[in-house]
Amino acid sequence: MDQKQRSSFTYPPRNNSPKESFNPNYDYPQFNSQNRTESPYTPSQFFNSQAREWDPHALLSNLSFLEQKIHQMQNIVREMIRTNEGQNCNTSELTAQRQLLTTDLTSTIIQLISTAGSFLPTIRTSLLSGNAPIPQLGSSILSASSAPSPSAYQPNPSPDYEELTKGWGENVVESAGQIQIEDLDVKEGEDVGQDGDTLPIGSYEVLQLEKEEILAPHTHFCTICGKGFKRDANLRMHMRGHGDEYKSPAALAKPAREPGSQPIPVKRYSCPFVGCKRNKEHKNFQPLKTLLCVKNHYKRSHCEKSYTCSRCNTKKFSVLADLKTHEKHCGRDKWLCSCGTTFSRKDKLFGHVALFQGHTPALPSDEVKGKNEEINDKDDSGGVGYNDGDEYLDMKGGYFSPMVNFDSFSFEGLDEFSRTTFDPTENSFSFLRSGSPDFARKDPGN
Amino acid sequence: MEPEKRMDKRIRVDLNLEQNPISPFESLSEEVLFLILDLLNSNPLDRKSFSLVSRSFYKLESCHRRWLTPLRLDLLPSILTRYSSISHLNLTLCSRLTDVTLASIASLLSSSLRSINLSGSRSYTHKGIECLAEKCFNLEEIDVSIRVDLGDEVAAAIGKMVKMERVNMGRCKKVTDLGIGCIAAGCPNLKLLCVKGCVGVTDLGVKLVAVKCRKLQSLDVSFTMITKKCLPAIMQLPNLEEFCMTGCLGIDNKAFVNLKQGCNSLQALDMSNCEHMTDSGVLSILQKYPNLYHLNLASCSSVNVSILSGLKSMCKLGSIKLDGCKVTASGLKSLSNSCISLKELSLSKCPGVTDEGISVIMAKHKDLVKLDVTCCRYITDESLSAITSSCTSLVSLRMESCTKLSSEGFRLIGQHCPKLEELDLTDNDLDDEGLRSLASCHNLVSLKIGICLRITDNGLIPVGQSCPRLQELDLYRAIGITDKGVSAIADGCPHLEMINMAYCTNISDESLKFLSKCSKLCILEIRGCLQVSSVGISAIAAGCRLLSKLDVKKCCEVNDAAMFSLARYSHNLCQIHLSYCSVTDAGLLALACLGSLRNATMLHLSGVSPKGLATALLMCHGLTKVKMHSSFKSSIPRALIEHVESRGCSFHWMYKPFQVDFESSELWKQQSHDLFVE
Repeated sequence: MDQKQRSSFTYPPRNNSPKESFNPNYDYPQFNSQNRTESPYTPSQFFNSQAREWDPHALLSNLSFLEQKIHQMQNIVREMIRTNEGQNCNTSELTAQRQLLTTDLTSTIIQLISTAGSFLPTIRTSLLSGNAPIPQLGSSILSASSAPSPSAYQPNPSPDYEELTKGWGENVVESAGQIQIEDLDVKEGEDVGQDGDTLPIGSYEVLQLEKEEILAPHTHFCTICGKGFKRDANLRMHMRGHGDEYKSPAALAKPAREPGSQPIPVKRYSCPFVGCKRNKEHKNFQPLKTLLCVKNHYKRSHCEKSYTCSRCNTKKFSVLADLKTHEKHCGRDKWLCSCGTTFSRKDKLFGHVALFQGHTPALPSDEVKGKNEEINDKDDSGGVGYNDGDEYLDMKGGYFSPMVNFDSFSFEGLDEFSRTTFDPTENSFSFLRSGSPDFARKDPGN
Repeated sequence: MEPEKRMDKRIRVDLNLEQNPISPFESLSEEVLFLILDLLNSNPLDRKSFSLVSRSFYKLESCHRRWLTPLRLDLLPSILTRYSSISHLNLTLCSRLTDVTLASIASLLSSSLRSINLSGSRSYTHKGIECLAEKCFNLEEIDVSIRVDLGDEVAAAIGKMVKMERVNMGRCKKVTDLGIGCIAAGCPNLKLLCVKGCVGVTDLGVKLVAVKCRKLQSLDVSFTMITKKCLPAIMQLPNLEEFCMTGCLGIDNKAFVNLKQGCNSLQALDMSNCEHMTDSGVLSILQKYPNLYHLNLASCSSVNVSILSGLKSMCKLGSIKLDGCKVTASGLKSLSNSCISLKELSLSKCPGVTDEGISVIMAKHKDLVKLDVTCCRYITDESLSAITSSCTSLVSLRMESCTKLSSEGFRLIGQHCPKLEELDLTDNDLDDEGLRSLASCHNLVSLKIGICLRITDNGLIPVGQSCPRLQELDLYRAIGITDKGVSAIADGCPHLEMINMAYCTNISDESLKFLSKCSKLCILEIRGCLQVSSVGISAIAAGCRLLSKLDVKKCCEVNDAAMFSLARYSHNLCQIHLSYCSVTDAGLLALACLGSLRNATMLHLSGVSPKGLATALLMCHGLTKVKMHSSFKSSIPRALIEHVESRGCSFHWMYKPFQVDFESSELWKQQSHDLFVE
């Protein structure tokens, strides 16, 4: 699971009062139009710091937050019932309410799981150290959460328990990912293929999918109702709804490799676009590593860029996740070339300038501004014999091309404060790694 | 040219008497006169005399002049209208250069201007540079160094000068990669770039320069944050000859060991103060740069010279600086074996240098030209005999503070090194006999024998008699010297430019009267010469018109009379140290009228009132640095100080107690040596 997915979780704020986040007067459609990764819940260092030392106060505050949230949802449902009974059905309002309910439920579940997740490593350590007052609490949490079957639980500390907690942690991450990721293209693995482990030609099997296959929205289909899914895991979760036989742990488990069978040959993919470097006909063919790589590569390189950033209205993307990534730092591009292209990173700007003749790095506009006016005030001393300074000075007013002043952007509603709280740095995600080393890592052996 | 001037006057007289309008100068063709002007470079007054001959001479001189270093900014417009074909303008002496001035320079000189030096000038901003970029499209060289407050805008303005070849932006601390990037992208002909001390410059900027400016010959990235990442790009520059990276702490061994490609054109590499460089890095440098001639490893404390024994191939290294490195006798042996064509060697402050090491290296390198063994305190006459017996073509020998040497050793120098031009024997046990034998080095240009307490006139007189080329003489605390010795120097050394006689207490006005014959004298230090009075200073002022630096601290007899003569004659005086003199307000005011004065130290002037000081400060337009006693800070109006500061002057408020008398030189030397032992 890569970081892009994790970033789309939502977490309770540490300092912000929940009231603020759940303002009933909220403009829902706008909320949906925004990127959820910039939701008002700060990805705080809460779990990061609390994972090692369990803090009952923190748990309590989390639980009370949940309580508050459930209360909010109750209100919404009551409101829905009331409007239904009143028969003045405003469909758009209803859908908005439903959406809000879905979002709230989702975040509540995640919140619950996260709370348990932060709590879990402490149980394990206390179990191993021989103190046993907490297992009851742990078991109650475990049974409350839907992930593993309670029968697998053993009260005594044992290697099995270790495995269970490990698997449980994994499931937490996975199920949380499903809920939110569904409508996002996953950005995993940029166009990798030439990084380090290039395989010798002939040591792998080259597959080439057709254009239609690549662009198909879903790859996994339900055999019963025909609904399509992007991920096998999502399909398995869906199947639960078709009967109890799909609810067994075996049916829900990831289809394992058959033990006795031959090792699966290494697969690499070719792009169906003839002439592309990723096409197997190309003389410097560089294969793509995974199906996801194929999808992203094909969209990025050979499809129309249909997603336009709503803020700057200039940047276009063909992969939705790229747009989402861009939106995170749109307006923060401070590196500017004389040709007008903006860059989020200095090295990218310098690479661009190095590549093109006649392009120069441009200075940020706000530095240039304000100094233009000083010119005539400053010659307090050197003007002996130059009283008419204006004659000599033939200054151009704004020498640099008029730049968009990024700070003057009007961010509305949600963005107004999400912009201030959003922190793109790594430590927003680090809580998943800090708890236990196995917690977030996907182990194919399990 | 003085005779010509006089002749001119005589001709005018003739004109009046005989009504004969033919001047003999009219018959000279322009070509001849230009040729004469080409040769008039040594003394600026010669050109002045030339232009005073006649109107046509004046006009010719105006057309001929290419270089200009104005002292006063207020005269600049008239000067520039007279000299319209100036191509090299040096404005370092004008501290208050504003954008308006730059704009007027740009419009007056426009296409003829090739080079401009703005180093240290304050008050101008990027606007002025932009004016230059717009109008002076032939500008090839610019120096904007030491402007700590100037940022990327200036660099961006320089980036608009397409013909730019040489850019110096040393110590422009606010310049970042963006500015360097503008220069790199805008100046494809760049040959020299100095970003010394621009702490905002990183690998990205330097890399872009290396990619864009393929004609680069000299690059100075000292004291920046560069790391090994930019080195591969730099080493691909086809014409790079000089690369200086003093004090780049981000550079370590790996930078050079992992470098795939060397640079065949590189001749000079300066990596002094790169503390993370060690042996293996230096070795790989020597292997990868086959044509390297100059290598500076000063203060690379972790470099051990013995590593050079691993170098099998012939090494073209001609000049190597190992100041402050770990040097042993065996290390010097391997150095002498591998660097066969060594011409210059600097081992100053290397504690491991012994007689054995010196003899080993001298045995191999007979054509050594420069040797620096400053502060190698363990070497004795044995080393000197090794040096003198083999290196007879030595031109420069620096051996300050080699206290174990005796007069026998100095005799050897005099006997065997006739080509010696520069000799530094400061703080040695030199006596008259030794100095007398040194007099046989007839080519001496610079002689430093400060803190040699045993020398007297008997030693100095032969030097004056036999060293006619002497330009620099340091007699700091040579207490045995009297007027007799100085008169011999003044008689025998007409080219003398600098003399330091600080604390030579036996010197009187007579010495200064003798020295006033040396018309090229520009630096005079007579600090603590209690017998010197205004009479001597006045003689110097009248005789040495080029005087630019004067130190008369603690010359209590010097009073206003001296200041009046200085104000009258010394129009080149830039720096003066007046502490403890008997100068009053009047003298100070006279001095303040000197437009050239930039740097003044005025502590403990008992005759000066705060009012007089304030007036002097106000009148002296060109001041850039003033040192005054902190007690004046409260008595001079705050607004006045701010006004003077806004003109480009910085104040240094000193708090030093008044010293009634000072310690004798013997005591002082004893104290300084004790300090060293500790």
